[in-house]
Amino acid sequence: MAECHPVGFQWVMEAKSRGATVIHVDPRFTRTSALADMHVPLRAGTDIAFLGGIVNHVIQNERYFRDYLVAYTNAATIINENFADTEDLDGVFSGLDRENRKYDFHTWMYEGMEVQAASGSRDQEYQDRTGNGSSVSEAARGESHGSGGAAIGGEPETDPDLLHTRCVFQILKRHYARYTPEMVEEICGVPRDLFLRVCEALTANSGRDRTSAFVYSVGWTQHTVGVQYIRTAAILQLLLGNIGRPGGGIMALRGHASIQGSTDIPTLFNLLPGYIPMPHAHEHEDLDGFVQGEAPDKGFWAEMKSYTVSLLKAWFGPAARPDNDFCFDYLPRLTGSHSTYETVMAQMEGRCKGYFIVGENPAVGSANARMQRLGMANLDWLVVRDFSLIESATWWKDGPEIETGELRTGDIATEVFFFPAAAHTEKNGSFTNTQRMLQWHHAATEPDGDARSDLWFYFHLGRIIREKLAGSTDPMDRPVLDVTWDYPTEGPVDEPSADAILAEINGRDAEGRPLASYEQLRDDGSTTCGCWIYCGVYADGVNQAARRKPGGQQNWVANEWGWAWPANRRILYNRASADPDGRPWSEAKALVWWDPDQGRWTGHDIPDFSADKEPSYSPPDGARGAAALAGADPFVMQADGKGWLFVPAGLTDGPLPAHYEPQDSPFPNALYRQQRNPVRQVFSRRHNRYQPSGDEPGSDVFPYVTTTYRLTEHHTAGGMSRWLPYLSELQPEMFCEVSPELATERGLEHMGWATIVTARSAIEARVLVTERMTPLRVQGRTLHQIGLPYHWGPNGYSAGDAANELASISLDPNVHIQEVKAFSADIRPGRRPRGPALTALVEEYQRRAGITEKTGTEV
Amino acid sequence: MSPARMGFFTDTSICIGCKACEVACKEWNHVPEDGLDFTGMSYDNTAGLGADTWRHVAFIEQRRPLGLQEAGVAHDGADPSDPEARTALRWLMSSDVCKHCTEAACLDVCPTGSLFRTEFGTVVVQEDICNGCGYCIPACPYGVIDQRKGDGRAWKCTMCYDRLLVGAEPACAQTCPTKSIQFGVLDDLRERAAGRLDQLHAAGVTDARLYGHDPSDGVGGDGAFFLLLDEPEAYGLPPDPVVTTRDLPAMWRHAAVAALALASGVAASFLRAGR
Repeated sequence: MAECHPVGFQWVMEAKSRGATVIHVDPRFTRTSALADMHVPLRAGTDIAFLGGIVNHVIQNERYFRDYLVAYTNAATIINENFADTEDLDGVFSGLDRENRKYDFHTWMYEGMEVQAASGSRDQEYQDRTGNGSSVSEAARGESHGSGGAAIGGEPETDPDLLHTRCVFQILKRHYARYTPEMVEEICGVPRDLFLRVCEALTANSGRDRTSAFVYSVGWTQHTVGVQYIRTAAILQLLLGNIGRPGGGIMALRGHASIQGSTDIPTLFNLLPGYIPMPHAHEHEDLDGFVQGEAPDKGFWAEMKSYTVSLLKAWFGPAARPDNDFCFDYLPRLTGSHSTYETVMAQMEGRCKGYFIVGENPAVGSANARMQRLGMANLDWLVVRDFSLIESATWWKDGPEIETGELRTGDIATEVFFFPAAAHTEKNGSFTNTQRMLQWHHAATEPDGDARSDLWFYFHLGRIIREKLAGSTDPMDRPVLDVTWDYPTEGPVDEPSADAILAEINGRDAEGRPLASYEQLRDDGSTTCGCWIYCGVYADGVNQAARRKPGGQQNWVANEWGWAWPANRRILYNRASADPDGRPWSEAKALVWWDPDQGRWTGHDIPDFSADKEPSYSPPDGARGAAALAGADPFVMQADGKGWLFVPAGLTDGPLPAHYEPQDSPFPNALYRQQRNPVRQVFSRRHNRYQPSGDEPGSDVFPYVTTTYRLTEHHTAGGMSRWLPYLSELQPEMFCEVSPELATERGLEHMGWATIVTARSAIEARVLVTERMTPLRVQGRTLHQIGLPYHWGPNGYSAGDAANELASISLDPNVHIQEVKAFSADIRPGRRPRGPALTALVEEYQRRAGITEKTGTEV
Repeated sequence: MSPARMGFFTDTSICIGCKACEVACKEWNHVPEDGLDFTGMSYDNTAGLGADTWRHVAFIEQRRPLGLQEAGVAHDGADPSDPEARTALRWLMSSDVCKHCTEAACLDVCPTGSLFRTEFGTVVVQEDICNGCGYCIPACPYGVIDQRKGDGRAWKCTMCYDRLLVGAEPACAQTCPTKSIQFGVLDDLRERAAGRLDQLHAAGVTDARLYGHDPSDGVGGDGAFFLLLDEPEAYGLPPDPVVTTRDLPAMWRHAAVAALALASGVAASFLRAGR
């Protein structure tokens, strides 16, 4: 966190100065470790084993917060008798379809109740819920992500004593029983004494009077089991009662400003604004069918139709009418996963012809950088918008494949358009941070030359396309012609008003007045709203995100700084900060509480709960929406109002996290016979070969574990930093970090050169020998890890080889994120070969390891 | 009434090595980039203070514990599962800067008056007066001030004199995310530093010490002083800096005596010759 979020780390330092214990779990001793109370090095790719070990410790030693656990989580819920755990099936769950590499989740359901997912894959249930045919493309199943959940029928059976053999708590207890301290040591290389000190610190600081927070970044997400890493932390925090309470939570630190914003109002293929799932290509699906298939009946997601209709009204204005389903048919339909990596595959297969790259640099920053470039070389056209001529804009004339002879400039037909982009200091807009808080920024200066904001680019691109299509009678053009595209522009370059767009996102009532809350949204077309969770950000016609009342002039929650969704609540599910009767669990941790005199919820934060719902409220039969949840159900977006220890629906790879080895790992899975996540996504291609793992022959060709990361001095793939002299001089070259022991073992010289090799490619880096990299004892042998910053590429003021040349494309099946935080590799002294000799070296490694197209693709 | 003497207190115990101070300083003061050199000195690639580096963050990796911190590493074949066998490690980071000495030798030797003491008690080079004679460079006991290549003039931290004049704090202090660099009235900072030192000692960080805070030291105390976690030498700082012009009056007295003796000798010889 100190490395990549130095500004946010000030609060960790402040907490530390007030007595907080800071524990840093990371393969490397970093700038964060330097300031922590404890650094716990572990083998990259083994965090589920580590966290699962803590879960086991908490359960076996009864260190959980029992009152919270029973009342607020699904610990007591009974799972149907057809469920089989990894304990029963040696590492996989019931429902695994090995042939199609996917799970049928039906056996994971609650006893007596079918629940819709709170998030994740909601389309899974479409067929059951509508009685209609399944998605046109089978591959599409499991592609609707979002947030929400509800009961279709019945109430779940529970055992508040947590003793029923099929209750979630007992399943959890059995599932993690094998995650012992000895097993953690064996798998993660974390010594038992260190592990137990972490367990003790965490449990001693959790409960009625104290809370602990987890902070993670892409070190947790970028794995073939990335989502389940976070899930394990969620289980732990729910056991300890650390969710919905001040000082608790699980914080996702993002890689860019407003990455949170880009999922709220998404740049993702599978989401509409506000986590409404993108519809699938079901035959004859209409709006009501879509809502029936994907929305729950209980909790706030029950109003999904209001959110969707208001969105369609914001987008298509008067053209969206009840008699045409509010233009629901204008929305694209998913026919499968269209993530960035599947797009690359489609490019290589010639199915994807055009590509926009905006503020990204996949030729450096995405896994298997060569595949990224080869995909782009197969396009008709490519648009790149960035500050500088990044590698993704110039690969066709000076990329690594030109040097190796794999590509010749004259043979590349891709037409490349480069547009200079304006920086955030040159435009108005909002950033949404990990706390879901929007903070407005005002342009400090006009952009130079031809540089323009993204807003300008897309607005005028749309304007020109609409002018070209004007008068068209082709039904295909109707959505573009009907879209509301009437934003006022201002200034010398006709910049669209960002303020007007925020007002559209906020939404308006039938009279055009700004809305104040998503509870005002209607499904009859009388309201508009560009993103239901952002409704209220422009309440009273005021840009609430631009508020900057200093912290010293308001209470400690500081609700008057910026604006947080939903409804300006700063801590989600904060009903859980009070006990079931509505009283704070303790004075020290009071946040919101029930005021019986006023008959309302009140407190320091804005209650994330129906304001006048009494703690004793019990929903009547047949209740729907928020009214269907009880007064002691804090998780108001969930079907059952509970925090989910066990996930009956929504995840594609299992209801509970289990440790699986990374795609390319030098170790066998010590916990199960199942080596890897059985439903991970793999794409064995000529340029994307996988390596033997564990005990397989050839595994020892790649004996080390590599992890990639960022440095404070640079930003992601370098587009914002490698062209800047002041930053480049601080970290001027690509380097690798190795321990003195690994340097000795492989003959690496400090400040000399090393070549790092995988089945995909080989790169060179300067060598930084440091005791901050420590050897670990894993499964009875010494393991060395190699640290690789991923900022560099061949262009820019500070240049070097890109670490992502080495990584394979192997993905988490829920969110399609690449596994770049843990893969095996070899390292050797000296610079890498040039030209065709580079390709030859990689092929030689592939031969030595016996790699074929089948390697690493087993279920 | 002149304003109070202003200063920096750099608390290295909370420095996270982000180098934002280096960048903010260069941005504000238009200090040029000075080379892309991979030094291999941990994460320090700017190497030291100079004409083109007015804030410099040192990174020092040591096989020693930081208070009660658990580093978790095990080297030289040590068994990691044996807590006693694990090796110690700490990573010290410290942002160095011109000390703005109470008795500033650079200022004493400057023949043009380019170097002067401001109303804030800081020491500043006036770039339009400096003639590049370079006398100040060997005079600095810390090796801070330096001549810029191709320019010839002497450059160093001004404690952002221009910002102080309009009531703003120096760029490095404003940008520092953890308040490792604190700017303020020097007397207040000294008090704060003493409190912080006590806090660290109580927390078991017995290596913590103040550096440059004492008005009775060889430079009369620094306007920019530090809380360090090791001997000053570990950070490349002189352990006992002395203003290089401290002996100048005595030297001049000796020189005057010598000159007088010489002159009287010469005169005597003339007298003798005149006879």
